[in-house]
Amino acid sequence: MSDAIIEVKDLTAGYEDNVILQGVSFEVQRSEIVVILGGSGCGKSTLLKHMIGLYHPPKGDVLINGKSIVHAEGEELQAILQSIGITYQSGALFGSLTLSENVRLPLEEFTDLPSDAMDLIAKMKLSLVGLEAFTGSLPSEVSGGMQKRAAIARAMALDPQVLFLDEPSAGLDPITSAELDQLILRLNESLGITFVIVTHELPSIYTVADRVVMLDKEIKGIAEIGSPEELRDKSQHEWIREFMKREVHPA
Amino acid sequence: MPVETKEEASYRQEGGVVHLSGRLDAEGSARLWRTIFQRSHKKRDAVKSIDASGLTYCDGAGIALLFALSRQTKASIDHLAPEFQKLLDQFSSDSFDRPVDPPRKISAIEKLGMGGAEFGRDLYDQVVFLGRMSVVSVRTFFRPSLVRWGDVWRIFEKAGVNAVGIVGMIGFLMGLIMAFQSAIPLKQFGVDIFVINLVALAMFRELGAIMTAILLAGRSGSAFAAEIGTMKVNEELNALKTMGIDDARFLVAPRMIAGIIATPLLSIYANLMGLLGGFIVMMSFGFPFAALYRQVTANVEISDILSGLIKSVVFGVLVAGIGCLRGLQTRSGATAVGDSTTRAVVSGIVLIVITDAIFAVIFYVLNF
Repeated sequence: MSDAIIEVKDLTAGYEDNVILQGVSFEVQRSEIVVILGGSGCGKSTLLKHMIGLYHPPKGDVLINGKSIVHAEGEELQAILQSIGITYQSGALFGSLTLSENVRLPLEEFTDLPSDAMDLIAKMKLSLVGLEAFTGSLPSEVSGGMQKRAAIARAMALDPQVLFLDEPSAGLDPITSAELDQLILRLNESLGITFVIVTHELPSIYTVADRVVMLDKEIKGIAEIGSPEELRDKSQHEWIREFMKREVHPA
Repeated sequence: MPVETKEEASYRQEGGVVHLSGRLDAEGSARLWRTIFQRSHKKRDAVKSIDASGLTYCDGAGIALLFALSRQTKASIDHLAPEFQKLLDQFSSDSFDRPVDPPRKISAIEKLGMGGAEFGRDLYDQVVFLGRMSVVSVRTFFRPSLVRWGDVWRIFEKAGVNAVGIVGMIGFLMGLIMAFQSAIPLKQFGVDIFVINLVALAMFRELGAIMTAILLAGRSGSAFAAEIGTMKVNEELNALKTMGIDDARFLVAPRMIAGIIATPLLSIYANLMGLLGGFIVMMSFGFPFAALYRQVTANVEISDILSGLIKSVVFGVLVAGIGCLRGLQTRSGATAVGDSTTRAVVSGIVLIVITDAIFAVIFYVLNF
């Protein structure tokens, strides 16, 4: 039986007159790790931004836990947003706040917890990503990898059911990137968090992804969906098999 | 006669064959380029092939020379070493010959229309922003805990307390200059005691508020635009939005509250410093302090002080509001934050002057 936590239905994604994707439909099951993949400019980040309600699609819908993030407003939208967490390519931590204050922020805004409880929760979330020793540091005082991990901790502050990660490995060295993969797997296994990840990193994809949604710029939509291994070995498209093997298409 | 470079790239033409040899790097290509094309142009029909067998090295510039030469003369390139041939094969004449669409020319009328549309959009944005801030004001009035008071005091310190020095200095110098400039003509009529009235009324009714507001527009309005603009470029505003946090309440409200508190206080301080400047000048002319004090207290009414204060509160809203709005409107790209900062200062000053003119008319009509 399907246990879809996210349903993307016939979505048209783009900016104003520039349609980047159309007729996109797929589901993400609870506790699944789905990677959105495709060549540069195919609309991966755009799709993600429509899925989290940052952009309003000209057509189609995105349901999270059965509720439309596209049409929700006010408290209903607030409830949906609190059930998801997002980390951006740059980390998007607030530069004037310490890592602990960054993680505390959603707690301050949406809970009535006492201050010491929020401090403890912030520290616990940071310890989940291995940053308990840096609670008092400003984002500018820690490395890029640490900023990405702190952003994940902030995204987890309100215990979301889904985490959306936009290029989590961008700009990280292979070791730090591999550590981030292990963190994603650990959070998925221990807390059952569903992940939707936009990334180009093939090693990461083979490590973490249950399924890959492969986008195609030419058809402005989904070319194929499957496990990384299925796409690599059995895809009906030669370019996808080559993409997944990181091979260059012969001229 | 062969043309040679110091890197030994050389060129010679024998019949229909151009012979290239030596090291065809950027330096060698630069030396040969003009000569080769002048000659091949003159003998265009004569060049049948390019013999590259003598080339010992060829970088990007050398490949460009070969490519351009073969395109112009339609001659074949023969005996090019395989490693250089691979480099050359990456480029096809077809893709370079394809016409590129020239950028569309925009007529003056279109530019005027686009400017008008841009102005209209900006006006619309300002009205929407005003509406959002009104909603936030009402909500925070009934629930003050929604305001991040820690941020309010931090911003107040930066925008207000740290501006005390510059506001005080400019206020003092304005009072001083006004007193000096007006003392000479008024002395001719023997009414130079009224100089202090002029300084006091001008500072309290007009100059204290407007000068403070313009200083804050340059100092704090720009800072607000830059801070929020950088947050937008760094996706921090997206992060706020997807956390369900209203950026108007989280970022704009603390800055506007800080602006509303700081501007009148700084304005009063500027008035007093201007008065001090006037007093010093007048005392240097031999007027006793007591006489000047009596002159001021007898002629400056509470309505004069209030009119300046009312204006300074409105100016505080305008400076902080436009600074935040320009920050929120920041587009992407390296120059975006700089553009927002400039727009914040220019719009801030223009709005201050327009609002001041409106106030002048209102106060005149109300006889205030």
